[in-house]
This record gives sequence, structure tokens and C-alpha cells, in this order.
Amino acid sequence: MNYVEALIYVFLGISVTFNLLGSFALIRFPDVYTRLHGATKCTTFGTIFAVFAVITHALYQLHKTGDSKYLQMALHSVVALIALLLTNPTGAHAIAKAAHLSGVKPARAVVDAYEEKLGGGSE
Amino acid sequence: MAFFYATVLVGIAGLISVLRLILGPTVPDRVVGVDTLNTLVVAGMVLLGAAYDRTIYIDIAIVYALLSYIGTLVIAKYLQGGLA
Repeated sequence: MNYVEALIYVFLGISVTFNLLGSFALIRFPDVYTRLHGATKCTTFGTIFAVFAVITHALYQLHKTGDSKYLQMALHSVVALIALLLTNPTGAHAIAKAAHLSGVKPARAVVDAYEEKLGGGSE
Repeated sequence: MAFFYATVLVGIAGLISVLRLILGPTVPDRVVGVDTLNTLVVAGMVLLGAAYDRTIYIDIAIVYALLSYIGTLVIAKYLQGGLA
């Protein structure tokens, strides 16, 4: 095993660890906001490293065989990474705002600053 | 072969988020489960594309990421008071 394959294994290990941690956060956390926080951050980070592993693999195969389909694989992985990085935080923000406006309150929260900003404080 | 095993583990994470989709007490909980599942499916498709040496899987992952984003935005818009 050379250094490039070891780097691919490290990237895959980080990716799988963070994806599993994100889904455990989805199960274990108490309300929708903490679940959104844990799951979105961890799965976005894990998917970034999965794409890094695929790019490293594709560039290594391109260097080894010279087949141009590996260059295509690396470039399309970069496009998938950019699409995911642009859309994932925006979607999470939209879900959080919609959950608050549809009446779901944070569990065990002392201060709800967004409720105060909206002007509908219950106390 | 490492890419295939990584895909299996990401699939296990996806099954755990399906559990939240079934259990979730409120509607936003289920939406969070679906959103996490979409991200994990994109990761799994990219890893499978590398495992089987097929670039078309990665193209499908791009389209899936953009369409699932639109779906999430529509559900969020609907939850906060109508689609109008």
C-alpha cells in the first residue's frame, strides 16, 4: 500500500465516521433544532470527505492509466461537491425557520430570541 | 473494494435516519430525517460511482442533490403557512 491509497483510506474513514455520528445525533438529540444542527453539520462534513476520497482515487487512476474517464469522474465529483455545499446549509436554514413558524418550540429552552424578535413573546 | 464497504456503512447511517423518519413526533422532525437521508444518498451514490468505475452515478448524484434541495424548500415553504 502506498501513500495515496493510505490517504484514500483516511478520507473514507473520516467520511464514514462523521456520517454515522450525524445519524446518531438524529436519533439521540431531544428536539428538532438540535437534531437539525447535529445531522446537517456532520453529514455535510462526512460527504465532503467522501468526495475528497473519490477525487483522490480518480486522480491516482488518471496518473496510473491515463484514461480520460477518470478526469471526467474527478471533475463531476467537484460539481457534486459544489452543489451539495451550496444547497445543504440553505435547506437547513429553511427547515429551521419553517419549524419555528409552524409552532414547534425548542425543548428545555430558557431564551427564545427569534420569538422575541417576532414580537409574539408569550411572557 | 474499500469504496464498496464505505457505501455499506453510509447505507447503515441512512437506515438510522429512516428510523427518525418513522419515529419523528412532529412534521419538522420527519423533514429533518428526509434531508439527512438525501445527503447520505448523495454520498452513497458518489462512493458507488467510484466503486464500480461509472461516472454516470456521480451525474445522477448531482441531479439528485439539486432536486432534493428544491423538495426541501417546497416542504419548508408549505410548513410556514401555505405555498402562496
